[in-house]
Amino acid sequence: MVDVLAFGEHAGGKIAPITADLIAAARGVGGRVAVVLMGGDLTGLEAQTAPLGVDKVYTVQHPLLAGESVDMLVSALEQVCRRVQPRVLLLGKTAIGRDVGPCVAFRLGVGAAQDSVAVEAGGQTGRIVATRPVYGGTAMAKVTFGSSNPQVVIMRPGAVERGSVPGAGEGVAEEAEAIEVELDESIRKVRHVETVRKESERMRLDGASVVVSGGRGLRGPEPFAMLEELAGLLGGAVGASRAACDAGWVDHSYQIGLTGATIRPDLYVTVGISGASQHMAGCSGAKRIVAINKDADANIFKEASFGVVGDWSKVLPSFMEAVRDLVRS
Amino acid sequence: MAVRRDAVANIIVCVKQVPDPEAPPSAFRIDDGGKRIADSPGVSSVLNGFDENAVEAALRIKDAAGGRITVLSLGSAFAADVVKKPLSMGADDLVLLQDETFDDLDSYGTALVLSEALKRIGEFDLVLCGRQASDWDNAQAPLGIAELLGIPCITVAQKVEINGGVVVAERVLSGGYEVVEADMPALVTVSNELGEPRYPTLRGIMTAGRKQPTVWSADDLGIDRARLERRIRIMDLFLPVRDRQCEVIQGEDDADSGRLLALRLREEKLI
Ligand SMILES: Cc1cc2nc3c(=O)[nH]c(=O)nc-3n(C[C@H](O)[C@H](O)[C@H](O)COP(=O)(O)OP(=O)(O)OC[C@H]3O[C@@H](n4cnc5c(N)ncnc54)[C@H](O)[C@@H]3O)c2cc1C
Repeated sequence: MVDVLAFGEHAGGKIAPITADLIAAARGVGGRVAVVLMGGDLTGLEAQTAPLGVDKVYTVQHPLLAGESVDMLVSALEQVCRRVQPRVLLLGKTAIGRDVGPCVAFRLGVGAAQDSVAVEAGGQTGRIVATRPVYGGTAMAKVTFGSSNPQVVIMRPGAVERGSVPGAGEGVAEEAEAIEVELDESIRKVRHVETVRKESERMRLDGASVVVSGGRGLRGPEPFAMLEELAGLLGGAVGASRAACDAGWVDHSYQIGLTGATIRPDLYVTVGISGASQHMAGCSGAKRIVAINKDADANIFKEASFGVVGDWSKVLPSFMEAVRDLVRS
Repeated sequence: MAVRRDAVANIIVCVKQVPDPEAPPSAFRIDDGGKRIADSPGVSSVLNGFDENAVEAALRIKDAAGGRITVLSLGSAFAADVVKKPLSMGADDLVLLQDETFDDLDSYGTALVLSEALKRIGEFDLVLCGRQASDWDNAQAPLGIAELLGIPCITVAQKVEINGGVVVAERVLSGGYEVVEADMPALVTVSNELGEPRYPTLRGIMTAGRKQPTVWSADDLGIDRARLERRIRIMDLFLPVRDRQCEVIQGEDDADSGRLLALRLREEKLI
């Protein structure tokens, strides 16, 4: 019997960080926790889950599961759920999980709570209660499930403090089981043609300990060169608000927020960003936020620890000069 | 589902009326039941932004190869100027799915009603939706429609084209994109990376004003209300208070403030 089943993700022969998030969340719910790994070749992956503290690992290996086709994954996960009958199914809100989770839920006729930041077994009924930001983060909702299982919850990456959950990471004695699934080419409705990567030398946003972002207040692409220099001085990465990306000043891969990158730096410096809830959704995990904005009433000052109310074109050059001196000394 | 293979494509765009997501958080109120956002004067109704991107995607296909665009919206009450906006941008027809019971649907119910309406429309090649609605940010109904109709679903597209009976789309990935294709009929969700939606023209607004929407109720669609029962129930909805007590650094002028800010951050060992 399995209570909580986590949909494990992996890339390049390594378990992806979201998998540890999900297992920590699953431990918080309680009961027997299993993770399911799917792919064309899972060699070496199973062993990596032991330190994460699961009671059981299911492996689903099939040639058609190589290549991350959502159609194939949905069919395979549906079959696994029918076999294992978990009470709760957890997935990550990743490019894969955010599609696979709802599709499996629809197929099983159950509900899914998207983009959740906390999950717990509620009061007397023991039904799952998921907490999730809605209205772009302006409001928070607590939702629960009807009577059918599994209760599908799609978790926002990085939302669960992994260390804070008792039992997580304790390396519980685990059992392994391979599950056979039936898949054939007719299941693939969407065909992959090619992947185009925009080559970029710039530092990655995820994992950066310092991020410097610009918004609509910069009024053009040129000031981003200053932000690049500042980020360079601080050993950080450059990001942007959606408004700056939509204006074409920087590529959309710079976008931080609900529909962009999620960051958790120690220091997040925003310049000419108003702090809309959809932007903050991607950076609320930052330890300290610094705001440079000319509008004292801008929402960003409600979220920032330090701020300057002023025109960036005057504030930023002297700030950078002082930073230059400080990092040299 | 009868699929017509005419020279031009039949495109359906699903759109939703939502409270303006860019209204300041302080303007939002929760109603007494604690389960929904109340109507409040500071928050107007708008068309969901990603749905406007979907309308734009449909119009680009129509511009390039011709086509007929039907807009489909689901709700219990509509503001005419909001749901007619796609018509004023250049869409051809509007179908409103309006019923009191549509007031409180979860993603499952939403997808169910929309898929029944699509079955009733019958002849379509492509369904376009916004990648998510800016109220509940669920990004689930489009996946559900595709599941219930058994058609392919491509999510978060920045480009959508039709090539014969095949839809070709670019899916946004972090740091790039993926080109995918599927046989039609198919559903594609559209993201803002597609580019700005066009503005309605004056002529468009006048034509839209004269057009009468087709209105269907739950009964018209033959929907058994028991099937709409919520699978996800809202227990509580609240507005989190955020106020980190920002320390505002103020120097003699802006330049001085910038310098002092750097010193303060050094003091805190942040730089
Ligand atoms: C469903 C949905 C998803 C979204 N997802 C995202 C997302 O992922 N990421 C995101 O960022 N946004 C997202 N948005 C958009 C978001 O709502 C805001 O529109 C956007 O974040 C605003 O960007 P901004 O702060 O740069 O621009 P604005 O809100 O226009 O703010 C510009 C700021 O610059 C300041 N300013 C102007 N001139 C100066 C000057 N000379 N010196 C100093 N300050 C100045 C102004 O005071 C203002 O506060 C989303 C919206 C929706 C509806």
